[in-house]
Amino acid sequence: MSIAVHNIHKSFGAIKVLNGVSLDFPKGELVALLGPSGCGKTTLLRIIAGLERADEGQIILSGTDASDKDVRERHVGFVFQHYALFRHMTVFENIAFGLRVRPRSERPSEKEITDRVLKLLDLVQLGWIKNRYPAQLSGGQRQRIALARALAVEPQVLLLDEPFGALDAKVRKELRRWLRRLHDELHISSIFVTHDQEEALEVADRVVLMNRGTIEQVGSPRQIYREPSTAFAYSFLGSVNEFRGKIEAQGVRVGTDLLPHVTTAFRAGDDVLGYARPYDIEITPGDTNAPGVAAKVNRILEAGVMARVELVANGPYRPAKPDYFEAELTAADLADLKLTVGQAVRITTRRLQLYSGVDRSVEV
Amino acid sequence: MADSAIILDRRKASLSKFERHFATRDRTVVRRIVITAGVSFFLLFIVLPLIAVFVEAFRRGAGVYFAALVDADALSAMRLTLLAAAIAVPLNLLFGLAASWAIAKFEFRGKSLLLTLIDLPFSVSPVVAGLIYVLVFGAQGWFGTWLMDHDIRIIFAVPGIVLATLFVTFPFVARELIPLMQAQGRDEEEAAITLGASGLQTFWRVTLPNVKWALLYGVILCNARAMGEFGAVSVVSGHIRGETNTMPLHVEILYNEYQFAAAFAVASLLAMLALVTLAIKSYIEWRASRQLFPETT
Repeated sequence: MSIAVHNIHKSFGAIKVLNGVSLDFPKGELVALLGPSGCGKTTLLRIIAGLERADEGQIILSGTDASDKDVRERHVGFVFQHYALFRHMTVFENIAFGLRVRPRSERPSEKEITDRVLKLLDLVQLGWIKNRYPAQLSGGQRQRIALARALAVEPQVLLLDEPFGALDAKVRKELRRWLRRLHDELHISSIFVTHDQEEALEVADRVVLMNRGTIEQVGSPRQIYREPSTAFAYSFLGSVNEFRGKIEAQGVRVGTDLLPHVTTAFRAGDDVLGYARPYDIEITPGDTNAPGVAAKVNRILEAGVMARVELVANGPYRPAKPDYFEAELTAADLADLKLTVGQAVRITTRRLQLYSGVDRSVEV
Repeated sequence: MADSAIILDRRKASLSKFERHFATRDRTVVRRIVITAGVSFFLLFIVLPLIAVFVEAFRRGAGVYFAALVDADALSAMRLTLLAAAIAVPLNLLFGLAASWAIAKFEFRGKSLLLTLIDLPFSVSPVVAGLIYVLVFGAQGWFGTWLMDHDIRIIFAVPGIVLATLFVTFPFVARELIPLMQAQGRDEEEAAITLGASGLQTFWRVTLPNVKWALLYGVILCNARAMGEFGAVSVVSGHIRGETNTMPLHVEILYNEYQFAAAFAVASLLAMLALVTLAIKSYIEWRASRQLFPETT
């Protein structure tokens, strides 16, 4: 089933949670709603499910307006962050619930219910715990049962609200892979909410990046990561080094230093915000008059495949707060540079992404 | 080394969580004093009176004991007590469910006021509770003349006793359910709805089973109080023998008439009710804890 939302507005009291959100979710895709907490992603998911009502706007399911439809008529499967398994029922009964509450005329026979539940238990690879109670399961098992329960009613859409949010890192990673595989098997249109960019980029076909009740960017994980269209998108998707300055002919003037960069998108004198990933930072030792922003080596972290160097700005540059930079480089490159803590260096960028500096919305 | 470690572990397992840690472990002397004080207080003020009730009841023999119980006035008191409980408990069950549902699941104006008012019967003296009904429905009360004109008797009659019982047992069910329902949230109900369950199905299959032990617990306490209430009922009853006397009131009358054995005989019934209540209550607590942490099957 295809899902579309048009111009959704939603407030809780004085707080505006969604501000004119419009989206199309094509059939059969696994889409991630990604954003920081409080950006409205869960509310949007709950509105699509029918658990909340939008103040304004429409929900279109399979081409028909479902804005006024009851949750029960929307045929959505919903998976909750904290599983919401029925605690007094066994795993088997939890999964069978959606079939048992059907009106008598539509209810499958006891044998069909048993067959369906056992098949779903196989699908989530948990057939051996069917007689247990939710309290006896691990978090990962509970979430898989919650998913099986949602699938039991053969929903047209699967909505997952931070499905792995309450799990520890290792189980999370396992379940992510498992969800992706499951989706490839079932091809059911799915939307899942997450605040973890790694999770969204790894699992989803498409990522919808949200911030403050609006959509920042929609695209494939690659597009979102490689071509972030807004300063927020860039800074949300990984560690960043921030340079604030003015455009000049040769580059960006940061304080008194010049950061070499060629751009045609901005004119001389424009206020800009430049972002560079840690692996795009280049360090030149020595306090020379070479181009680049003056900095001082603060810490050298050599554990890991890539070494990291933490630098602190060493010039009359935005004195309001200490400016930290982070560079990532191979151990070999680090050895070549022969850096010592406290050493004065210049930093330049291999790749610099510029955004209009007037945009103050970026505070991550 | 290993053996002694195991023995130590076993010893630790039999200790309370305070005694397991050196820092919170008290000296033997302190421990003995505290335990002796606690246990002797319990024996002196709770167990002794309980034994006294039965001893006094049988002081003049089993014949007198059973005669006191089958006395017409005693039987009438028992009937009235059962009737008051039979009306008050189901009504408070319904009210308790509705109120706790409303408080736990919805946001509305006056919610905190409702929460406070539910506790009112706990905080107000039962005598005052009885007086309120006298002031409202009594001969000199607000509706007194109107009621008399229509020949409806509330005060010094069964309806007054039921009303007073209702009032004092008001909070029991709701008080048990509210914290539990608040802790459980609405996730499970929402899950049920997305799975296609109707409101009624959600209530019967999800909400009610989740609170059933707390509900039963509340009903048991409510029932114990309904049968044992003295103050409020005493004010509205009028003590008409064979008509408006409940068991606690009957005990008082017998005692005031120096029929000690009979008084204690009826009192022993109330004491037994208390013991049965405690037994059921412990059973429910045990079941409820098993439901939270069921054994592996």
